[in-house]
Amino acid sequence: MEFFVFVCASAMVLVGALGVVLRNHPVHAALSLVLTLFGVAVHFVALSADFLAAVQVIVYAGAIVVLFLFVIMLLGVDRAEDLRIEPFKVQRPVAASVGVALVSLIGIAILASREAPVPAAQNSEGVQAALDAGGHDANIRALARNLFDDHVLAFELTSVLLVIAVVGTVMLARKPRKGELV
Amino acid sequence: MLALDVLLFDLDLTAVAIVLLKVLVVFVVGLVGTMLMVWFERKVIAFMQNRVGPNKAGPKGLLQTLADGIKLFFKEDLIPEKSSRFVFKLAPYLAFVPAFTVWAVIPLGGNFAGGRDGTVELFGRQTTLQLADPPVGVLLLLALSSIAVYGIMLAGWSSGSKYPLLGSVRASAQMVSYEAALGLSLAAVILVSGTLSTNGIVTAQSGLANWHVVATGVVPFIVFLIAATAELNRPPFDLVEAEQELVGGFNTEYSSIRFALFFLAEFMNTITMSGVIVTLFFGGPQPIKVFGNEDVLSFLGPLSGTVWLLLKVLVFLYVYVWFRATLPRLRYDQLMNLGWKLMIPLALGWFMLLAAFRVFDRDGWNWFNKLAYVGVPGFIVIGGGAWLLSKASKVSARNREREGAMF
Repeated sequence: MEFFVFVCASAMVLVGALGVVLRNHPVHAALSLVLTLFGVAVHFVALSADFLAAVQVIVYAGAIVVLFLFVIMLLGVDRAEDLRIEPFKVQRPVAASVGVALVSLIGIAILASREAPVPAAQNSEGVQAALDAGGHDANIRALARNLFDDHVLAFELTSVLLVIAVVGTVMLARKPRKGELV
Repeated sequence: MLALDVLLFDLDLTAVAIVLLKVLVVFVVGLVGTMLMVWFERKVIAFMQNRVGPNKAGPKGLLQTLADGIKLFFKEDLIPEKSSRFVFKLAPYLAFVPAFTVWAVIPLGGNFAGGRDGTVELFGRQTTLQLADPPVGVLLLLALSSIAVYGIMLAGWSSGSKYPLLGSVRASAQMVSYEAALGLSLAAVILVSGTLSTNGIVTAQSGLANWHVVATGVVPFIVFLIAATAELNRPPFDLVEAEQELVGGFNTEYSSIRFALFFLAEFMNTITMSGVIVTLFFGGPQPIKVFGNEDVLSFLGPLSGTVWLLLKVLVFLYVYVWFRATLPRLRYDQLMNLGWKLMIPLALGWFMLLAAFRVFDRDGWNWFNKLAYVGVPGFIVIGGGAWLLSKASKVSARNREREGAMF
């Protein structure tokens, strides 16, 4: 059963990923990305990380790709790209080398992790207690302990970062004209 | 791993049969319910507007929807020449499937009287009257409602015409903005019940005082109701269709069965959303205690929970029709102002307040301290925030007027 789920989800991920790269049409590529994200969500469920799966769908499929689609539709780039035109001459060689570097990095990481023994997860007391309590929500409780207890500073800093991004966007997009109130 | 149901722990033929039966029941009841909902809406609106409403097909016009459906099936199925064919065909299903799937996590009945956990005996097995009870429960609901946006968005875009595109862009902007308020008011419910599972949420609401509409202090319920109405694209937030002003919204180019699917999805969503509201705030299949009697409908046996749920859902279905018959449609800027400047801050502020109260409850503070240290500063902060916000929107309104905007 687990193997079957793994094969199906991986097929979704791979087909989606190929679609993102190979489809000429930006909207179709974005939809392929959704397929990939769903495949990853299924993987998460199979690894019993249900919360991550739900968040994956809500945030990535539900918000981020919708945003992509908005941009694609409103900017009117929803036509097939002409691949012969290349705006930056260096773009393709750089992209190719970065791609090769990334693939080799991931390959090395996989090979290295196959040899080294996997260390047991180091849970803090609170997380361990939440996991030990078991029950329907054990997973989510442990996650919450981890985020809001052990890593609360990093969490808050991330939210500050998001606020800064929003404020920055508003400042850049809205230059006050002459005589306008601020 | 996939053990979503109590009975799946020992998997055999009976268990599989029960799950299949549940799927079938949910599917059939969903479709028939939608059919009746269309009839109900038309009849009630007719009543409110002093008309007769459908009365020809079947007794009291009950079969009118069926007749309309058959008519739609036999219409010509047009695909515009400029459309993106694959996406055009895909979009109705993206709208329709999430509407159906939400039913899987709603407890459709069961024995909750006197604090029981809702299991009933079916063919000699203990089971819940709920298709699935995943650990993420209500989050699945948010996930599905965010998928439903795709249906509308892609339908408008793939039609290859600018009016459907405009309709779909504003519809999806509306749905995405109200999703935030929806999620935040949902968070208040999760905070109070302490679980994400829908079964757990219903179990937590034993007795009227524990109903989340009371336990969370009404505000999250009101925010949820308004946000849900916007999410459903129903009046007074039905800018998606806006019969009087748009060509027809995102579904202009659709005809025949594909149009029927959109239509079906919309009404199905209304029923599911009523079910969700009842589950989250009004105790779902929990019976109402009358004069010390735990369950007045207990003579119905295992079905009493289902009947309670049905009664509560009917109230909300009526409320939705009532909205449609009485409230004028909001203008687009009013809609966005309401969503971003009122609903989201209100839901967020209320959520923080509830969280603070819970912390002090845990530490055993008395009422005076709670009020003095949490209530008063909380209201001052909320008031200050509201003042700043109204100031900001006044300035922006003046600026827009200066630019010569019409509103």
